[in-house]
Amino acid sequence: MSKFRLKGPVKKPQDTKRTLKRLLDYLLDYKLQLVFVVIAIIVSSMAGVAGTYFLKPIINRYIIPAIGLENPDLSGFIIMLLLMSSIYVLGALSTYTYNRLMINISTSTLFKIREELFTKMQKLPLKYYDSHTHGELMSHYTNDVDTLRHMMAQGVPQLISGLITIVGVFSMMLILSPLLTLVVIGMIVIMLFTVAKIGKKTATYFKRQQEQLGKVNGYIEEMIEGQKVVKVFSHEEVVIKDFEELNEQLRQEATNANTYANILTPIMDNLSYVLYAIISALGAAMVIVGRSDIGTIAAFLQYTRMFTHPISHVSQLFNAIVNALAGAERIFNLIDEEEELDEGKVTLVNIEKNSDGDIIETDKCTGCWAWKRPKEDGNVEYIRLKGDVRFKGVTFSYDGKKTVLDDVSFYAKPGQKIALVGSTGAGKTTITNLINRFYDVCEGEITYDGIPIKEIRKADLRRSLAMVLQDTHLFSGSVMDNIRYGNLNATDEEVIEAAKLANAHYFISHLPEGYDTVLTADGTMLSQGQRQLLAIARAAVANPPVLILDEATSSIDTRTEALIEKGMDRLMEGRTVFIIAHRLSTVRNSDAILVLENGRIIERGNHDELIALEGKYYQLYTGLFELS
Amino acid sequence: MIKKLSPYLKKYRIFAIGAPVAVTIEVILEILIPYLMSKIIDIGIYNKDMNFVLKMGGLMLVMALFSLICGAVAGRFAAVAGMGFAKEVRQALFNKVQEFSSTNVDKFSTASLVTRLTTDITNTQNVLMMMLRMLVRAPVMLICATSIAIYINARLSLIFFTVIPFMAIALYIIMTRAFPKFQQMLKKYDALNSRVQENLIAIRVVKAYVREGYENQKFREAANQLRLTQKSAEKVVVTTMPLMQFAMYGCMIAISWFGGNMIIGGSMLTGEFMSFISYVTQILTSLMMVGMIYVNIVISKASVSRIIEVLEEEIDIKDNDKGLTELKDASVVFDNVSFSYAKDKDNLTLKDINLRIEPGETVGIIGGTGSGKTTLVQLITRLYDVLSGRVLVGGKDVRDYSLKALRDSVSVVLQNNVLFSGTIKENLKWGNQDATDEEIIEACKAAQAHDFIMSFPDGYDTYLGQGGVNLSGGQKQRLCIARALLKNPKIIILDDSTSAVDTATDSKIREAFAKKLKDTTTIIIAQRIASVRDADKIVVMNEGKIDAIGTHEELLRTNRIYREVYESQQQGVA
Repeated sequence: MSKFRLKGPVKKPQDTKRTLKRLLDYLLDYKLQLVFVVIAIIVSSMAGVAGTYFLKPIINRYIIPAIGLENPDLSGFIIMLLLMSSIYVLGALSTYTYNRLMINISTSTLFKIREELFTKMQKLPLKYYDSHTHGELMSHYTNDVDTLRHMMAQGVPQLISGLITIVGVFSMMLILSPLLTLVVIGMIVIMLFTVAKIGKKTATYFKRQQEQLGKVNGYIEEMIEGQKVVKVFSHEEVVIKDFEELNEQLRQEATNANTYANILTPIMDNLSYVLYAIISALGAAMVIVGRSDIGTIAAFLQYTRMFTHPISHVSQLFNAIVNALAGAERIFNLIDEEEELDEGKVTLVNIEKNSDGDIIETDKCTGCWAWKRPKEDGNVEYIRLKGDVRFKGVTFSYDGKKTVLDDVSFYAKPGQKIALVGSTGAGKTTITNLINRFYDVCEGEITYDGIPIKEIRKADLRRSLAMVLQDTHLFSGSVMDNIRYGNLNATDEEVIEAAKLANAHYFISHLPEGYDTVLTADGTMLSQGQRQLLAIARAAVANPPVLILDEATSSIDTRTEALIEKGMDRLMEGRTVFIIAHRLSTVRNSDAILVLENGRIIERGNHDELIALEGKYYQLYTGLFELS
Repeated sequence: MIKKLSPYLKKYRIFAIGAPVAVTIEVILEILIPYLMSKIIDIGIYNKDMNFVLKMGGLMLVMALFSLICGAVAGRFAAVAGMGFAKEVRQALFNKVQEFSSTNVDKFSTASLVTRLTTDITNTQNVLMMMLRMLVRAPVMLICATSIAIYINARLSLIFFTVIPFMAIALYIIMTRAFPKFQQMLKKYDALNSRVQENLIAIRVVKAYVREGYENQKFREAANQLRLTQKSAEKVVVTTMPLMQFAMYGCMIAISWFGGNMIIGGSMLTGEFMSFISYVTQILTSLMMVGMIYVNIVISKASVSRIIEVLEEEIDIKDNDKGLTELKDASVVFDNVSFSYAKDKDNLTLKDINLRIEPGETVGIIGGTGSGKTTLVQLITRLYDVLSGRVLVGGKDVRDYSLKALRDSVSVVLQNNVLFSGTIKENLKWGNQDATDEEIIEACKAAQAHDFIMSFPDGYDTYLGQGGVNLSGGQKQRLCIARALLKNPKIIILDDSTSAVDTATDSKIREAFAKKLKDTTTIIIAQRIASVRDADKIVVMNEGKIDAIGTHEELLRTNRIYREVYESQQQGVA
């Protein structure tokens, strides 16, 4: 859980240009506002630079000549100050303007990016989820979007304003005194060198700190989750000692990393004071020998102070921006990821019989469904939805290397109950994954009511199937909403009916708020068995012709299972059912049992036939063989 | 709050004190440098005294370099103190959690404990480090800079006294207005993240029910809420920068006008005027810094109080230091025991349990999910304490034993088997640190684990990932049994520990138990009747109560629940 919180080392984007262009595309919706932003940034930083320059004429022209005068003429001084004030006011207003505009732009752009990211995620094939961890995907929403936000709202504006300030200050310095500027250049070289050196050290040590932190946090997670085991073995002291070692190592790495991070600012700051000292002395010497004047020195010294901050900041900002671009690139890579292909043309429609007894399509909810299949001649043909599923020589592999299903053929007639039995990895779940096209077959064909499923639109295919999975996933929301997930149009009565069917009604009515009880964090307040009951109710409310039960009752004890058997029987009635179960008592009364091993069907038949065969199924059933 | 955490800084006291001291020196030097500059202008240039200029310049240079060293030292010290502090707190928390009873853990939830030990500590350590450097720096800077301004020219420094309170109030208003908005934003942020996480975990359900559009709509709502709160929070904060500029620029202009007039009138020198201008930046930035520190402290307050909560949590189950260290015999008696996880008499998980288990007996426990089987056995090792009644082991109340003695004599194979990352041997040695290879192999043979362990290329040195991910369920369970056997316990409890083991292996394990553990009291919780049918007695649990006790045959005849369970497992076996 803490994994995605750890920030990885700085990764450089692969193709900065392309990423920048993509980002700009988003920003171009705000063209006019952006123009204002850039102008405002320029005005704001130029105002700061220009305002300081006034020190020179004010001192040289209006103050020093007037010293000791009885009635000095201050009108020029006042005009000067008014001019200076208006420049400053303009500067401050510009600062406000660009910051304010950037809020609009950045929040709206991020909203759009987040939305695109999420929408895209819904369209990705399951294959993508197999090869990417949740932590990895989550980090797009947390780390990547976060750094991007920082970059847009602060990084880029500050970088621009910093660069303009540096250029502006530098030009002003050159105008004021080329000789002193030479000294400044020398110091800049030292500063840049320092920033680079310390920056590099910081990065290396931070990487090591993150690695060690990962180890420590991993250990914490493991030991807290296994706390009961630690206790029953009285292992507290050993665990504490081990942790102490890890913790001490982390302390050392972290101290080093933070030392370098901590000393950068004071060193840069004080280097600027070194420069300040040199300029003061050198400037004064120049005034004494008549090569300069006090006003120039005053303005120059003020510029010296203005200079340091942008220099140490720009390099940090630059790193942050590179980092953010790398994040943006990861986001865009996901957005560009290939979507789940759907070339299906066959759709699922409601039908009714017209007065002539012909089948016609209707918008009404008749509960009668048919496949609408366009023919080559432009006409359409309607095929009644029955739930006939056939596998013809299906071969499949997840990664293209290891064959998971090898030439599997079987059929399930409408209303039949087919059980899949075998060890983990034998290919049971894979078969169900192929039926609803979470994955596509490599060789062979699967047909549904005689139509190759490749020709059926995925959404419609899946609508005609309901799945109850081994790990039941609930969503935050009420119990009612969770069951209704199977059919968003279901009335409260229909939901309760489904819950009764699944034998879930009893425990739901005993929850504090009944059906309105709000479940949180994947329904942790419910037991695994109760969650499975809810998942079964969810499938019941969907009311599909084909039902897939993947270890749907594995966490329900045998007695409760016997109790809900009636409900399950009613649920399965008239439907084609694929059932995967660890517990063989669950599959006994199936029409056909397929025993899978290493991706092949090694035995098939009903319970009695298979027992009589005394083969693998018999061994499994009598407990001579361990299912894992 | 600070008081409660300060002991953890003790070991690094020198650094924690050194850092602010060094920062103070640094600040004072930084303040003095512009002052010396004013001397160069007013004395050096005025008198055309090149020697003085060079001398002062050299002094300034030395001061700047010394200040640099002080700054670097402060940075180092703050890092040592901050990270050292984090280590101590992390250790203290970890040790505390090791003391926690299961009730304590349940109260916080494991996920929340992990967050407290990771994220919250990181937050706190960063704030401490910042405090050590900034909390001193900003006020010292503010005080020193204003003092020297007063010293140079008291009248002109009145400008600062007008601007500072004005800015302080303005910053305070901005912060107090922004803070709740940011809190709200963080909440929306969490909501958005949990939406995504939920969707990721349940992606198969989403796809299977074709709910992509529905999910998009839910996400859009959350994202839009986040956008709105974020916008409103940042709108407030965004006023700080221009405000700061106004104040700074205002000071500059005021100083130019009044200072200029003073110079003209002869009551101020040009150099002093110039140093004033450089104090403007120093004073106002330190003021901003104070505001920032305030915000950070407030933000970290939540983390700190979450840490303190754990540290101050009263341990539910206290070890009896002077407790008995030896079990007289291996009998277990439940004497009118009631138990509630919530410690609520009206919400009992176990009700009036009376049960007597003789030394060396094998007892089976059967019952549906939620009937209280696991809870019952967890009371024996004091993972939880009874609400009323007594649990006696060896004729004495479990609370009279030292925890170590009790848990060393009673071995539990928990329902949620946990193996740790490490080799198989390391995991097994949890049972007995000093176990010899022969003992380990013997235990594994009894648990029917030896053969599959030997089938791995690295045998007993095979490395297991976290939670033993590279083993099958049955293999994990058998390792856990072997681990428990190595303890050589007087009482062994198997909590649904062979559910993933095939029946043939299961019965072999029971055979080995019967042979090896003749004098060991054995309690077996099981789903399968086959696992308990040979037990000396079988306890049937239902809704937190004992429904019946008897042998297999007796119960088949007399107990409805037992018969139902039996039949549900027998059907169809010809």
